[in-house]
Amino acid sequence: MSGAATVLLVLALVIVWGGLAVSIVAIGRRPERTDYPAGGVDDDRDDDAPGIRDT
Amino acid sequence: MSSTTIEGKPREQWTGQTGFILSAIGSAVGLGNIWRFPGVAYENGGGAFLVPYLVALLTAGIPILLLDYAVGHRYRGSAPTAFRRLARWLEPLGWFQVLISFVIAVYYAAVVAWALSFFVYSFDLRWGDDPAGFFTGSYLQLADVGGADPWVSLDFVPAVLVPLVLVWIVAIGVLVAGVAKGLERANVIFIPLLVVGFGILVVRSLTLPGATDGLDALFTPNWAALGDADVWIAAYAQIFFSLSVAFGIMITYSSYRRRRANLTSPGLVVAFANSSFEILAGIGVFAALGFLAHQQSVAVGDIEGLTGPILSFVTFPTIVSQMPAGPLFGCLFFGSLAIAGFTSFISILQVVSAAFQEKFGLSRRQAPVRIGIVAAVLSIVGMGTTTGLVALDTIDNWANNVGIVASAVLTCILVVWVLRRAPLLRAHLNAVSTTQVGPWWYACVGVVVPFVLAFMLVSRIVSLVAEGYEGYATWYLNVFGWGMIGVLVVGAFVFARIRWRVDPDVFEPWPMIGATTGGAASGADERRPGATDAGKEGRR
Repeated sequence: MSGAATVLLVLALVIVWGGLAVSIVAIGRRPERTDYPAGGVDDDRDDDAPGIRDT
Repeated sequence: MSSTTIEGKPREQWTGQTGFILSAIGSAVGLGNIWRFPGVAYENGGGAFLVPYLVALLTAGIPILLLDYAVGHRYRGSAPTAFRRLARWLEPLGWFQVLISFVIAVYYAAVVAWALSFFVYSFDLRWGDDPAGFFTGSYLQLADVGGADPWVSLDFVPAVLVPLVLVWIVAIGVLVAGVAKGLERANVIFIPLLVVGFGILVVRSLTLPGATDGLDALFTPNWAALGDADVWIAAYAQIFFSLSVAFGIMITYSSYRRRRANLTSPGLVVAFANSSFEILAGIGVFAALGFLAHQQSVAVGDIEGLTGPILSFVTFPTIVSQMPAGPLFGCLFFGSLAIAGFTSFISILQVVSAAFQEKFGLSRRQAPVRIGIVAAVLSIVGMGTTTGLVALDTIDNWANNVGIVASAVLTCILVVWVLRRAPLLRAHLNAVSTTQVGPWWYACVGVVVPFVLAFMLVSRIVSLVAEGYEGYATWYLNVFGWGMIGVLVVGAFVFARIRWRVDPDVFEPWPMIGATTGGAASGADERRPGATDAGKEGRR
């Protein structure tokens, strides 16, 4: 591979896969807000869904 | 607080954030990631394509994804319900998106069926030494349209029919099982399987002789391409079509998140995961193409069929036939293609199912069965015959390049410019999300996206009117291309006129925007504290 192609390959991986890694880490550290506005608690599910596996 | 669904029952939900993210990734990662991105990148500047691609991701892909999330999550319904609650007269736009999804589902199932067939054929390399002849001749039995055969035939092709029926049965079964037990469970199983299977394929590709030549061809930058407007349009088109936005999927999927749920951070994960898979596909596909070029002693650029169905069903079988342990490689490739296609297919079908559940008061079991049977019959009659490929090619071109692009342009113009609800939707995103959306979002969804997509739309329409498409007969394009779009437009207004079984306007959005969420809602044009007449938003 040429030097330019190698650099672009690495850049693509670092930026796009790096962006994925950073966004996953960010959501893992802070999955939800802790200060929601009042209300919004009336949507309990009505089906017998599988157990919650969440971040 | 009022009930959260129009049936007066709690709305179906994902089990949590992970289920939503995996399902949204399953929808976004589809056939286009594997068979479209690598060729588009190669033909539009190679490594230099990365620049417009990333700019398009940040200025159009992620912003319009968040717009869909905001509409679906705030107004908690399928596209017609959500748009109606945004403004009553917007309901036809929702139905237009639903009908586009219906049309896409009809032909998308056929491609998944082809992938399943070729997965089976990989075991004994059924295509022999003439994959091109096998695909269009032995397998599809493609009619000589415009020549000896009619443009529309009812000569069914059993080899396509059997997997096609199977795909519809399984998809309907998934939808009948519901959002959590059907859609989410399918994605929780299939997405990791796809990543592992395709990952093995990429590693194998990289170990083949000539692989680096393929990567060299893909990533060598042609910086001059950055001065070409068509390259930038290609980047925006790739991002736009790849993310499954603007035809109801992400509105529907986000409506199944509970009210107190993060939106923007999962959106970033979905968008970057989709692009990550595209990069992975680019590496795997071009490493394999490098191997083929090496075997044939030609340059990678001399290989024909670098994108679309020909890449998948002609070029790849050629590669598989020439490599050691080819059947295993073939199974991995076509298995990945089938999985990526199927997880997108069920998301498309859910758009239609959810809309009919809400408008006609159907249960989540009735809707997919009734809609699915109608769509399956159309799919079998239209795509399971010797003229199926021609119909698929035509309908796909108009549904995507005209239908979805027009839908996106209309959504941005009507929501941002006419209704001026961008501040409200941004305030909603910020009120429930951990990652805050800045004012830059207005410029993206209000200017960049509609401008670029409107340019794409107009130039494509001009091209189709002036030059036709693929040399197909004018009357055929008028019926299955323009005619189909006309039917969708008329159908959208007809469905919007039909009476709702349960009033969708008995609904109160949450959270209150304006007084309760602070400055982010500045300028937001929504109900004020103390207003109690449900449905006020929708009646404006």
